[in-house]
Amino acid sequence: MQGPPDISRRLLLGGSLALAGAAATGCAIPVGLGSPQTRVKYWHFMGASDGIIMNKMVQSFAKDNPDIFVEENVLAWGEPYYTKIAMAGSGGRSPDLSTFHLARLAGIGAGRILDPINVKLLEEVGLRAADFSPPIWERAHLDGVLYAIPFDAHPMVQYYNTDICGKAGLLGSDGKLKPTTGVDELITQLTKAKEVMGGKPPLAFDALGLGTVGPWRVWWSLYPQSGGTLLSDDGTKITIDDAKALDALRLMRRLGQEGLCDWRTDYGASVANFTNGQAAFLWNGDWETTGLKERGTPFSMTRFPNVFGSGSAQADCHSFVLPHQRNRDPEVERATYRFIAYLVKNSADWAVAGHVPAYLPALQEPEYLALEPQSEYRSVITEVALDPQVWFAGSASRMWIEFGEAFSPVISGERSPEDGLAAAKASLTRLMSAPNPFPAEERR
Amino acid sequence: MTTTVAAPATAAPVAQAKVRRGWTQHGLLFVAPFLLIYVVFLVWPVLLGFRMSLSSVNIAGGNDHLVGFANYAEAFSDPRMWRSLWNTLVFTVLSTVPLVLLGLGFALLVHHLRFVQWLWRLSFFGPFLLPSAVVSLLWLQMIYPPDYGLLNGTLGTDVLWLGDPSTAMWSVVMTTVWWTVGFNFLLYLAALQSIPQHLYEAASIDGASAWDKLRSITIPLLGRTTALIVVLQLLASLKVFDQIYLMTGGGPEDSTRPIIEYAYDMGFTGYRIGYASAVSYILFILIVIVSLAQLRLFRKRAEVSS
Repeated sequence: MQGPPDISRRLLLGGSLALAGAAATGCAIPVGLGSPQTRVKYWHFMGASDGIIMNKMVQSFAKDNPDIFVEENVLAWGEPYYTKIAMAGSGGRSPDLSTFHLARLAGIGAGRILDPINVKLLEEVGLRAADFSPPIWERAHLDGVLYAIPFDAHPMVQYYNTDICGKAGLLGSDGKLKPTTGVDELITQLTKAKEVMGGKPPLAFDALGLGTVGPWRVWWSLYPQSGGTLLSDDGTKITIDDAKALDALRLMRRLGQEGLCDWRTDYGASVANFTNGQAAFLWNGDWETTGLKERGTPFSMTRFPNVFGSGSAQADCHSFVLPHQRNRDPEVERATYRFIAYLVKNSADWAVAGHVPAYLPALQEPEYLALEPQSEYRSVITEVALDPQVWFAGSASRMWIEFGEAFSPVISGERSPEDGLAAAKASLTRLMSAPNPFPAEERR
Repeated sequence: MTTTVAAPATAAPVAQAKVRRGWTQHGLLFVAPFLLIYVVFLVWPVLLGFRMSLSSVNIAGGNDHLVGFANYAEAFSDPRMWRSLWNTLVFTVLSTVPLVLLGLGFALLVHHLRFVQWLWRLSFFGPFLLPSAVVSLLWLQMIYPPDYGLLNGTLGTDVLWLGDPSTAMWSVVMTTVWWTVGFNFLLYLAALQSIPQHLYEAASIDGASAWDKLRSITIPLLGRTTALIVVLQLLASLKVFDQIYLMTGGGPEDSTRPIIEYAYDMGFTGYRIGYASAVSYILFILIVIVSLAQLRLFRKRAEVSS
């Protein structure tokens, strides 16, 4: 399915990124001694369409603020990113600003790897606690100290192909997917889509592969719907409800076994299949929105289906943190906060990428409210399932990867749901018994 | 430069004798630059690593409390540590055998082919020149993918080469053999070329068959090379990391994770440098034992043959 328009688009993107890179280095040269510009070194992991939007925001900030030069450094998402942040922060010669997943805050050694946020400077640039979604703002603190500035929440959502769903009669009169409730309705919906697709699996999600976290994301969307939890609030006891956990796993296995989801797709293949119309549904985070629009896939989005009693869905939040620096230049620090404020206040631009802003005023802006299909799923934000606040949780954490490893073979049918759950519990027990490398008393 | 050198040279005769005995008698002065690097980059890190393995130090260098042998105790009761150690051993056995035998086989083939030898040499040695990332991506993206990969396409099979715990390790071994057999091949080829031709001529006159010659002349005379190759291969295989990290990340179901990746996972993504050091030390001790065992074995063999 790699037609010429596809290639030219890639070339275009590649070329524009290369140009942006060249522009960045071009700009970097004059910023030195005696330069009037303040340089802010910014690390982030926003790839693909997220990366393009972030790059646009950086450029428009540069246009409005000629006295500040933001040096954008895009690093690969996932484990290696957090290894780099940890190394940079521990050395004390780190970037001035970096993006971060809120759920990882408990495990990164806040106070050692990350510096606390200067609330006074934050107020100077016009950001106040009341501007942020309260539960997310709460998660940005550790022991009452603010370590991160929330940017967005990115929940699991359901993408659907409007052509295929239309043919299968799954759309309502308004052209939107008729919502399903419960296991049976979901299976019926998928079966109908399967029929019009000539028996091909209609659902795609990241089900296997190198360090796959997809099985965790799907399970952590389904299982909390029935009120299931993972750990006690203080993180010392496993509180998994076996019956509910197994219900979710049995459904995942059933999807794979009955050919309703393609259990042989890794992350890239799941997105590619949906993009090319080889899948009617995609369960994924909300960040593929821009890419799918650019490729012209006939699609829309809706909330993750309500299967086990509520519409809850797995989510994490992007945020900004200040990796530890031994000597923070006050001028650079001010410039950093101005840049953060610019990004946060322009959250509506960022929402184009699919994410739900954490900055409440942005949620009221007409331009945000008009965004399609973002408005179809943003109501999930009050029902998201965040990670437990323990040191081994968060995006691309050991817990995600180990749960992914435990559940991936359940989807493919190689492992029984019981064995999968037992493997996950064993991982969790091991993680809990391992000492936290950054104990609370280490916080300065 | 020249002036600073000239000054001590003229003053030298007085202190000459002493200097000689102290520093240059054993060539210590000449190896000093190497020794310095050796101490700074090998001996010191080894000692430091041991110190870390006895502590709870994290990746930021904080939380540095001595915990005695608690990390080792945890490692010995950690099923994933045992699993990864086992994987490393399985990989070592599975890869060393074909790498030595195929290396020999290919070398014999090429040695006896008398035309376009450079082409055969290049074909077998070529893959060895590729960096591990290139090799891994090549096999991961082009040869092993279950749906559009070269292997399933050619064989008409439907195997999840890297995705199935029962085939993943074999797949990694296959890639490794393809990638590194060229080095052993080259060592064997060089050794074959140094066997004097007259031995074969004499054997022919005595009516020896090709098989006799191989068994009684070639293989015994390659003994030293074989010993060298086996040692190098065992050490290289015990240190496996790159291709597995890049191709499977240790999965599926931990079926390929080598011990070095486990140390990496614990240290760099789990931030527990102390525990990761303990895991590394367990491998270190294993490698020391294997090396000592081999040294003894070869010494005995050398005594017997002399």
